[in-house]
Amino acid sequence: MSWDAIINFDDYSRLLPLVTNSLWAAAALGLVGGLVGVLVAARDMAFAVHGISELSFAGAAAALLVGMDVVLGSVVGSLIAAVLIGVLGVRARDRNSIIGVLMPFGLGLGVLFLALYPGRSANKFGLLTGQVVAVDNPRLTTMLVTSAVVLAVLAVVWRPLLFASVDPDGAAARGVPVRGLSLVFMVVLGLSVAMAVQVVGALLVLSLLITPAAAATRVSASPLWVPVLSVTFAMASAVGGILLALGGTVPISPYVTTISFAIYVVCRVLGARRGRRGWTRRRPTGLVGAPG
Amino acid sequence: MSTADSADHADSAAPAGTPALSLRGAALSYGTHEVWSDLDLDVHPGELVAVLGPNGSGKTSLVRAVLGQQPLTRGRLEVRGRRPRAGSPEIGYVPQQRLIDPMTPLRARDLVRQGLDGHRWGVPLPSRRMRTRVDELLAAVGASAYGDVPVGLLSGGEQQRVRIAQAVATDPALLLCDEPLLSLDLAHQREVVGVIDARRRAGTAVLFVTHEINPVLDVVDKVLYLAPAGHRVGTPEEVLTTESLSQLYGTRVEVLHHGGRVLIAATGAHLDHDCHPAGLLEAEGAA
Repeated sequence: MSWDAIINFDDYSRLLPLVTNSLWAAAALGLVGGLVGVLVAARDMAFAVHGISELSFAGAAAALLVGMDVVLGSVVGSLIAAVLIGVLGVRARDRNSIIGVLMPFGLGLGVLFLALYPGRSANKFGLLTGQVVAVDNPRLTTMLVTSAVVLAVLAVVWRPLLFASVDPDGAAARGVPVRGLSLVFMVVLGLSVAMAVQVVGALLVLSLLITPAAAATRVSASPLWVPVLSVTFAMASAVGGILLALGGTVPISPYVTTISFAIYVVCRVLGARRGRRGWTRRRPTGLVGAPG
Repeated sequence: MSTADSADHADSAAPAGTPALSLRGAALSYGTHEVWSDLDLDVHPGELVAVLGPNGSGKTSLVRAVLGQQPLTRGRLEVRGRRPRAGSPEIGYVPQQRLIDPMTPLRARDLVRQGLDGHRWGVPLPSRRMRTRVDELLAAVGASAYGDVPVGLLSGGEQQRVRIAQAVATDPALLLCDEPLLSLDLAHQREVVGVIDARRRAGTAVLFVTHEINPVLDVVDKVLYLAPAGHRVGTPEEVLTTESLSQLYGTRVEVLHHGGRVLIAATGAHLDHDCHPAGLLEAEGAA
């Protein structure tokens, strides 16, 4: 085995136009994944993301088998999982067990459908580990429309949803429809996962929906900068991953996961240094400790 | 200055003398289980009423009823003369003390701002007016020094101050505190009580749910004691006596006054585990 299989920039100018669609899809996914990831972190739902992605995989595999649109199958699988988790798993403990039950079932179904599928095996593994040139025009359109829908919904619900995520009791007391928003969030999450499955594959969705936001919260706590950084990190991982993967023969996902992991490590180190120095300077004032 | 506003505010809309919170013949049941009934209680502006009682006596249900999240089975509940509705700006709510996750993407000032506009749709844009108001609220609870610090990195006591600033952001007539001292050490308990008491002195009515009376004993006007065999409203001297608590628990309960503290202890051997009198554990540990 040679390094050429992993990093290879021969014929780069000839290959690049072939992946324009993928690059756009990756950029859209970075935007959506970075934002949704912030909410996933605030709601402590990393495990749910993984659970949803396995059912999304099953949906996509089923669609592949019966000759339907794979993106559509993926979306349907995601939404079923997201709504089940949202309805049955209101409390964190219930949620984890529901996810633990759904996840192997979804993965098993997916494996079954793929085993029955007579077509090329590259398509099969693409669903699990991602593929660079998988995004044709109709699929790109679907993904861009999905992103637009997710972004529009997030723009409307962002503030109350963040309030409900970090402090459900306080938000409910202020009249925030906590239950309703949590279902809205599950649908948004389902759509985002279905998109991510198309690019990085079901097994590695976490690298775009969890890692960027986790990295961002290591270096900032500003409700403006955390989403901005998270989106930047997710985009850099997704787009950068495709650009690096282009010449090699390995799947795209290791590039994406490595970039996103590297960003996380850097942020963690920076965050630790910042934490030791006392993250944000406290303003010296004589009033501290003197209420009223 | 925000405190002076609230006093005006309290007098402007409702007729003078209207209690901030009023319950008449109130009862709450789940199925056939009656949590409490025939509950009469007034909390006037500038009054602090402590709600005491063992687990399962309906303290949380009372909080939910006041917040408009749980309808009464019978009777009347009014906040400034009106039935409460979910999200009313007349009520400030300080939820049970629990530590905020260290990675929460909010600074202290952002948490306070949620009290002003966290319930509105859309995306919070930077605003000079909001910033000024948040600065005032932080100053009023003595939290100006750490307004820009991530909430997850604040101590438990600091987080409670910031939560109180959030709760009073709308200048509420009634401040509803649900176990705000839970798991805080004595020094922080005193600080948080000080912040709440400052608010009370400025004319806000306070309903303070707690399982131990001692941290608020000096500032409390009335006590509502919810217990398995009924409830009692009165001054601490009236309610926290051996006779009255023994009656409420239906078993012999000893109340001792010592060094400005109230110690409550069961003398009968068979107090149910779930409804041991509040203060029992703390009575041994702290004094």
